[in-house]
Amino acid sequence: MSKETKTSINRREFFSYLTVGWIAFTAAVAGLLGLTFRFTFPNVNFEPEMDFLAGDPADYEEGVDERWKKKYGVWIIKLEGKLAALSNICTHLGCIPNWLAGERKFKCPCHGSGFYQNGINFEGPAPRPLERFKITMTPEGIIKVDKTKIFRQEKGQWDNPESYLKV
Amino acid sequence: MFRNGIEGFAKKVRETQVWKSIFRHGPPTNSRNRAAVVAGNVFLHLHPIKLKKSGVQLGYTWCMGGLTFFIFLALTVTGVLLMFYYRPTAEYAFNDIIALREHVPLGIMREIHRWGAHAMVITVWLHMFRVFMTGSYKPPREFNWGIGVILLILTLLLSFTGYLLPWDQLAIWAITVGSNMAKATPFLGHGGPGAALAQIGDFVMVSDKNDVRFQLLAGRFVGEPALLRFYILHCVFIPLVVGVLIAIHFWRVRKDGGISAPL
Repeated sequence: MSKETKTSINRREFFSYLTVGWIAFTAAVAGLLGLTFRFTFPNVNFEPEMDFLAGDPADYEEGVDERWKKKYGVWIIKLEGKLAALSNICTHLGCIPNWLAGERKFKCPCHGSGFYQNGINFEGPAPRPLERFKITMTPEGIIKVDKTKIFRQEKGQWDNPESYLKV
Repeated sequence: MFRNGIEGFAKKVRETQVWKSIFRHGPPTNSRNRAAVVAGNVFLHLHPIKLKKSGVQLGYTWCMGGLTFFIFLALTVTGVLLMFYYRPTAEYAFNDIIALREHVPLGIMREIHRWGAHAMVITVWLHMFRVFMTGSYKPPREFNWGIGVILLILTLLLSFTGYLLPWDQLAIWAITVGSNMAKATPFLGHGGPGAALAQIGDFVMVSDKNDVRFQLLAGRFVGEPALLRFYILHCVFIPLVVGVLIAIHFWRVRKDGGISAPL
């Protein structure tokens, strides 16, 4: 080995390479940890669709309709000529209230929150009314409910034309 | 062989290569050998070689830390046994819980596990209470107090994750309510303070599809992925972390001046 190759890297350069090496190593470890963290979030899950077709508006009578509750978690309510899609998730801690037809109210079994048939809370610990979902009419005249868009009464969003359907 | 009776036989056994390969020291009849027993044993070496007299006084420590550890071991054994019969799927979980009571000998195994879990939460609190009242959290033991607080939280998380596994109405709604608290985590939960700030136009950065509750449940609500995730957390992940922290906890008791005596 010649003398030249022996001194081809001096002390200062060695530390530069060392620094670059450590930065690269740290970045690689951080990247792997990030990917491992991302691993815990599945890309696909097999939960029900967030929107669905709810049939002909003429199918609904005045009051609360429970036909979509089990499958999509939605009550279709028809009050004073307006259809609305009411979420069935209690605004207290996320249980599912029951519709008590005899008492004309929604009653949550977990902590006793009560809601009128329009979704307004009136008893128990629930801090705000049930949420409503976007409800629109398709060109074919079929009701479409979109659960990704939420309307809250306490924010004055129930006046939004997408939150109800005039029939 | 039995010429000198039992004692002679025992002496012969102690002279065999097998015995000597297992026990590297003489019988623990003197101070030196007793120290060697503790120092030479992988489990006992976490323990101090010598204790102060006050350390074994029941009125002083209540033995609450030791009781907690004993219950943890009992829960580990009964938990492993329960895993032989329990399948964490929506189809089987509830029926397997019933089967553990109805179709398996010693049908109280699950009850032992359940009552043990309740007992462990109580003994952990009492242990913490004792450590607080005797001032054993003070320097140089403050690090071990911190480890203990983490162990307390992990004990509660073990109870929480185990709560879902029976997969009945109580379990599902208890975890629904419990995990909805994760929804309210500042910045990390989509219902929490700060989540509304992380929004650019119509693009919501913290939603129910990427917040901490989604990570915990592997979904937007308590379903089969949540059951599997809680099962893994309950049976593998948290017990492993707890085991390591218990080892550190015991080691630090020894290193920080022994059990709860004034320094």
